[in-house]
Amino acid sequence: MNQLWEAVLWCLDPGRWTGPSGIAARSLEHLGYTLLAVLIAAAVAVPIGWWVGHTGKGRGAAVAVSGAARALPTLGVLTLAGLLLGIGLVAPMTAFVILAIPSILAAAYAGFEAVDRRVIDAARAQGYTGAQVLWWIEVPLGLPVLVGGLRSAALQVVATATLAAYVGAGGLGRYLFLGLKTQDYAMMLGSSLLVVTLALVLDGVFALAGRAAVPRGVTVARRGVTA
Amino acid sequence: MKHPTRRSALALAAVAALALTGCGSSDPLGGGDTASGSPAGTGGTGGTARADTLVIGSQQYYSNEIIAELYAQALEAEGYTVQREYQIGQREVYLPEVESGAIDVMPEYSGNLLQYYDAEATATSPEDIHAALAQALPEGLRPLEPAEATDQDSYNVTRQFAEKHSLTSLADLRNVDEPLKVAANSEFETRPYGPEGLKKAYGVDVTVVPVEDSGGPLTVKALVDGDVQLADIYSADPSIESEDLVTLEDPENLILPQNVTPIVSDAVDEEAAAVIDEVNAKLTAEELIGLNRQSVEEQASSADIAEEWLAGQGLA
Repeated sequence: MNQLWEAVLWCLDPGRWTGPSGIAARSLEHLGYTLLAVLIAAAVAVPIGWWVGHTGKGRGAAVAVSGAARALPTLGVLTLAGLLLGIGLVAPMTAFVILAIPSILAAAYAGFEAVDRRVIDAARAQGYTGAQVLWWIEVPLGLPVLVGGLRSAALQVVATATLAAYVGAGGLGRYLFLGLKTQDYAMMLGSSLLVVTLALVLDGVFALAGRAAVPRGVTVARRGVTA
Repeated sequence: MKHPTRRSALALAAVAALALTGCGSSDPLGGGDTASGSPAGTGGTGGTARADTLVIGSQQYYSNEIIAELYAQALEAEGYTVQREYQIGQREVYLPEVESGAIDVMPEYSGNLLQYYDAEATATSPEDIHAALAQALPEGLRPLEPAEATDQDSYNVTRQFAEKHSLTSLADLRNVDEPLKVAANSEFETRPYGPEGLKKAYGVDVTVVPVEDSGGPLTVKALVDGDVQLADIYSADPSIESEDLVTLEDPENLILPQNVTPIVSDAVDEEAAAVIDEVNAKLTAEELIGLNRQSVEEQASSADIAEEWLAGQGLA
C-alpha cells in the first residue's frame, strides 16, 4: 500500500508536470502516439474490412491474417522494425499499427455481417445499387460494431505505447524504463497509473462515441420493440 | 544443464510480474528486500550441503553468463560439483543473494561494484580499485585476482565522425560545434559518467536519447544511421570492431575501469580459488571480445563457447 501511495504522490507532484519531459508533455505524446496508430490502422483496415463484409470475398484470408497478426509479440516487431528503420517514432508506430489492425479489421467486417439480411434484401428490392446499399445501409448499421473495434484497438495501443521509449521516442514509457533501471519504483508505478488513467479516459470517450454511432432509426425501432 | 537456469529465470520473471501487478503484500519492490525473490533453486541448498556444491551466479547479461560458465566448467574439470544460477537480474537483485551466501561465485566488474558498496570511492586505477574493493566488500566475501579483460561503458563515435572532427578523446568533443546526442539506456542520465559527469570532467554538453537495449544492435544502428553522434557501448562488445567505431579515450578517468573480478564466498577454498584464478589469468581483453563475438555473431550457447575456449587454453 505504501508503494502505491508513493506512486500516487509521484503523479501528483506539480513540479513533475511541466517542462518538455514533464508528465503533461509525456501524456500528450502518449495519447498522440495512440491516436495516430489507431488512425493509420483504421485507414488500412476499415476499407479492407468493409470490402470483405460487403462482397463476402476474402473472409477466410481476413480472419487468418488478423488472427496471425494478433499473435505477433509487439516488442519483437518493434525491435525488428527498429533494426530496419532506425530509432525514432517510425519503428514503434509500425508495431502499434500492426497491433491495432486486427481488432479494427474484424470489427469492420463483423459490423456488416451483423446487418439483418432482410434489410439489405428490402433495399435491393427498392432498387438500391450496390454502392447505395454500402453507404446508406451497411456502413451506418455496422458503425456501432466498428467503433467497438476502434475502442479495443485504442486500449491495446495505449497500454503498449510505453514501448515507444524503448527506441528513443517519448511517451509515458520514458518514466517506466527510467524507473525500472534506476530502482525508482514510485516513478515506475506512478507512470503505470498514468497509463491506466489515460486508458480509462479513452475507453470512456469511445463508449460515448459508440452510443452516438447507433443510427437514430435503430434506437427508435428498438424503443418501438420494447414499448 | 540449461533447464534449471531457464526455470530460475522464469521463476524470477514470475516474481517480477507479481511484484509489478502489486499483488505482493510483503513489499517485494522495496530495494533491499529483494532477497525474498530468490531463485527457487538456491534457497534449499543453504547450510551444510553447500560445502561440497559451489553455486555460481551470473548477471542478466550474456557476456557475464559466458564468464560464469568458464568458471563453472573449469571447476567441474577439477572435480567440483557446480550449481548454475544464471541470468539473475542486476546488482540490486543478485548481490543480496551473494551476501546471504546463496551464491558462492559471481563474476563482477570492479569499478561499478566498488561504487555500489562505496559511492564516495576515489580510486581510479585498476590496482587501487581492487584494493579498495577488498576493503569495501561485506564480511565473508572476497574478490579474486582481476582479469586483464574489462567490460565498461564507453563513449563511441563512427570513424567518419571521428575523422571529420579529429576526435580521439572525450576532451576533443569540446571542438565539435554541433549539438551532441548520446544513445544509451535511460539510467545513463543518472550515472556518474553520464551527461553531468561529462560536463564536469570535460566541459562537454550532451543530451541522452534513451535506447533501452544496453548498447545492443538498436543503439549501434542509431549511431551508424547518424540519429545520434555518440553511443554508450560496453567496451567488450564485438560491434565496436565490426562496425568500425572509435572509442573515445577517457584521460580524466570519468569511467572507472571494470576489470572482470570474481567475487567469492568463504565456501570457495584456496584450491577452488586457484582454479578460477587460472581462468582469469588467461582472460585478456581480446579473448573476452572473442567470446562475446561467438555469442553475438554465431549465436553459440555459453556452454559450447566455454567448453571450446577452455579446451583451447588447455584448462579443461
